[in-house]
Amino acid sequence: MTAVADLMDYAEVVERFDPVLGLEVHVELSTDTKMFCGCPNLFGGEPNTHVCPTCLGLPGALPVVNGKAVESAIRIGLALNCEIAEWCRFARKNYFYPDMPKNFQTSQYDEPIAFNGHLDVVLDDGEVVRVDIERAHMEEDTGKSLHVGGATGRIHGAEHSLLDYNRAGVPLIEIVTKPIVGMGARAPEVARAYVTALRDLLRAMDVSDVRMDQGSLRCDANVSLMPKGGSEFGTRTETKNVNSLRSVERAVRYEMTRQAAILAEGGTITQETRHFQEADGSTSPGRTKETAEDYRYFPEPDLVPIAPSRAWVEQLRATIPELPWERRKRIQAEWNLTDEELRDLVNTGAADLVAATVDAGAEPGEARSWWVQYLTQQANAREVELADLPIAPAQVARVIALVNSGELTNKLAREVVQGVLAGEGEPDEVVEKRGLKVVSDDSALLAAVDEALAAQPDVADKIRGGKVQAAGAIVGAVMKATKGQADAKRVRELILERVGA
Amino acid sequence: MTDLTRLTAAELAAKIHAREVTSVEVTQAHLDRIAEVDDAVHAFLHVDAEGALEAARSVDGDLAEGRQPASPIAGVPLALKDVLTTKGVPTTCGSKTLENWLPPYDSTVTRRLRKAGVVILGKTNMDEFAMGSSTENSAFGPTRNPWDRDRIPGGSGGGSSASLAAFEAPLAIGTDTGGSIRQPASVTGTVGVKPTYGGVSRYGLVAFSSSLDQAGPCARTVTDAALLHEAIAGHDPLDSTSVNVPVPPVVEAARQGATGDLKGVRVGVVTEFAGEGYQPGVQRSFEAAVAQLRELGAEVVEVSCPHFTYALPAYYLIAPSECSSNLARFDAMRYGLRVADDGDHSAEEVMSLTREAGFGAEVKRRIMLGTYALSSGYYDAYYGSAQKVRTLITRDFTAAFEQVDVLVSPTTPTTAFRIGERVDDPLAMYLADLCTIPSNLAGNAAMSVPSGLSEDDGLPVGLQIMAPALADDRLYRVGAAYEVARGPLLDRVPELKGVSA
Ligand SMILES: [Zn+2]
Repeated sequence: MTAVADLMDYAEVVERFDPVLGLEVHVELSTDTKMFCGCPNLFGGEPNTHVCPTCLGLPGALPVVNGKAVESAIRIGLALNCEIAEWCRFARKNYFYPDMPKNFQTSQYDEPIAFNGHLDVVLDDGEVVRVDIERAHMEEDTGKSLHVGGATGRIHGAEHSLLDYNRAGVPLIEIVTKPIVGMGARAPEVARAYVTALRDLLRAMDVSDVRMDQGSLRCDANVSLMPKGGSEFGTRTETKNVNSLRSVERAVRYEMTRQAAILAEGGTITQETRHFQEADGSTSPGRTKETAEDYRYFPEPDLVPIAPSRAWVEQLRATIPELPWERRKRIQAEWNLTDEELRDLVNTGAADLVAATVDAGAEPGEARSWWVQYLTQQANAREVELADLPIAPAQVARVIALVNSGELTNKLAREVVQGVLAGEGEPDEVVEKRGLKVVSDDSALLAAVDEALAAQPDVADKIRGGKVQAAGAIVGAVMKATKGQADAKRVRELILERVGA
Repeated sequence: MTDLTRLTAAELAAKIHAREVTSVEVTQAHLDRIAEVDDAVHAFLHVDAEGALEAARSVDGDLAEGRQPASPIAGVPLALKDVLTTKGVPTTCGSKTLENWLPPYDSTVTRRLRKAGVVILGKTNMDEFAMGSSTENSAFGPTRNPWDRDRIPGGSGGGSSASLAAFEAPLAIGTDTGGSIRQPASVTGTVGVKPTYGGVSRYGLVAFSSSLDQAGPCARTVTDAALLHEAIAGHDPLDSTSVNVPVPPVVEAARQGATGDLKGVRVGVVTEFAGEGYQPGVQRSFEAAVAQLRELGAEVVEVSCPHFTYALPAYYLIAPSECSSNLARFDAMRYGLRVADDGDHSAEEVMSLTREAGFGAEVKRRIMLGTYALSSGYYDAYYGSAQKVRTLITRDFTAAFEQVDVLVSPTTPTTAFRIGERVDDPLAMYLADLCTIPSNLAGNAAMSVPSGLSEDDGLPVGLQIMAPALADDRLYRVGAAYEVARGPLLDRVPELKGVSA
């Protein structure tokens, strides 16, 4: 086991060094089928059930490119302001690993489908940073290994390994940034904000599930330090296994403090792959790359080149939805929000959801209130991201509409939302199934009011005598009798009418 | 009664379809012949008597019920090179690595043969993974040339061609990466065609060199080859490199050629393929063949293809490079041989030890050559330069086909050499494919048709005919015309009965 690394105090790190970041994000596309075969592209499943000769790499089997994946790759490239190659090829990346059926990965090398783009990223305080994109290319995912026994959970030292090829051949887009420099102390935050922006973008485009917890969005963080004011990049490490947005930030910060401590002692950084440890936020070394890995790339002879016509590219450009940050700019103006209000919305992850709810017909203030208050509580209670709650903006909008039309009270509305979250269907179905309609029939309410007044004649007298606030007890009794399905305001009016107060 | 094994495929089909003889009888006659002589020839690695008879019964059943034959060669038996997958029937590629592998799927060629009602007798011997020119690299022992059992039958598809010359099968399938159909055809006195690259699907053809491999027909006559060509050719959506154009009218071209009229056909003699290294008897046979073509009415001119002399070195960079990647999948993880699986060895060691034990010397030599040629720092000098040569060779062909309709040369510089003669001299072995390789590099169509016996050793010589890509029909017209003029040849193959192994 490695000893706990020395770390430099963060303030000192940024005083003495300039961090350089490079982020590689792998995104699994949510196409129906895999990249090069017709197997279903589904997360999970019984091991080795979504496989065929091609994705198992059986002798003689050949790949055929998934056109939908190429389409998604081009759309992602366009959304990242990239140029789209007029002609590009796949290449084989050769290396041996048991979870790679062919022992080469069909990927792209010097001819990516998209290149030279950028993504504008909004930091917590509203500052916008432009992250340059080097390239976005297509490739296939590997299978999954489960190494049993041994201390590290890795192949070395394991007693045996289990292999599941369901994921082998799932379409991936790898998005690589150019070196991100000049961020100083904010480098970790920039890293998180970049991955967040990318996730929001891909979600808005509906090309991927972007679930970091399930691995459909994975981030490798390359970090190096150079002396303050220097221009020559230092030796970098690549941290893998970073599977939440918060972890991206922590991993970068940890590597900065670890590398700084080594450099300050006159040591050298080992170029290596490191693994992020979720438990304590540290990174630990993987296998050292003694020599630079030689992947012996060469053009994939089993596939023909891809030459997307300009007309097709323009057609796809027209399908890019309003991007999350553009929508945010628009909603800020339309809803008259201060920068701070907008930032709160963004930071809770509610901005896009609120906007979508408004798009579905809700009034902005009400939409905001639902997402920022009640639904945020629900997300926290369930320990999921707000966006991962199983309720759609359109469903929230419907609930709001039911309240506005008087068919639901606020209390009933929350019950309806609970029903939707519990998977009971659309809001109207929940209302139906749970019998949650407001009793808006005055004659039915009057009967309940009369009954309550008769049951508590002393209270009725007090109200008659001018103690209007005493009506609360009668309201309570009526609400109880109607199982909360009455509009309390209307009940109160009816009580006062009845006693002639 | 006629010896059914002496008939051509066309003759057999006519008799079967006229119900003069059953497919079962024809199949049984060939199975008997195999039982009688294959100990002496060793053309087959696996005989599937049961499967063959079942397929034959099915054809007979259809005909008995009055249905039209599924194809012009329905009911005719065939020998399939052991590099094409057959569901549930061993497919070894001549390698220990796949000794016990039962593919779960049929190659497209296999599937089309079954659909055409062709009866698959079994799988034929070959150089391991199609790497070789003598079939001596088979892990299961060499095949012997029926003309002289001390000599090689060519390679890699020695088993397929020898099965034809030994009258064990009237039709066979080969695959041709650098001459593996044509050179065995040449040294066994049979016909072999490498179709245009992309003309026949590679799905289920266990890859040696993906950009060069091409399956094609082997037969005793040009017309039989044409009938088989039509049965297996055509676009396949499972092979991205398969061409989506109509199959050239090869059967019609063979019929036209058989009339013996080549008036208006321009034939180019490749001047680079003569002189030093060419056996005098081969040279004279070739000259006689050219004279014969002239007599048939063809206009003959000399054509220079200056870059053809660089074809061999370029081939021995491209083919090994691709093979080093294609054969990486044989790692003991999912199928095939696995050694050292005793719990004391790591996955990496099992991979390495299995590859050490499973591959023969020539396969290892080519994997190492290819690994080296693709390494960073060497890629441009080797693989990159070879690709440039490939382009130059393609241009030579393009220029030549502006002047002539077909090109001709000897198929191979010598007749069959003795078993063991070149095993320790790979360079001498590689020279056997000198004349055939350019068509693989350029992807055009080429045929070997027997040009009689060499006057110096009495062994068969082949005439190679080359046509532009997608003009495979030209091969058949010229080949059929020449074949008629040349007269019968295979009736001179020694009787093999009673010869022991
Ligand atoms: Zn598959």
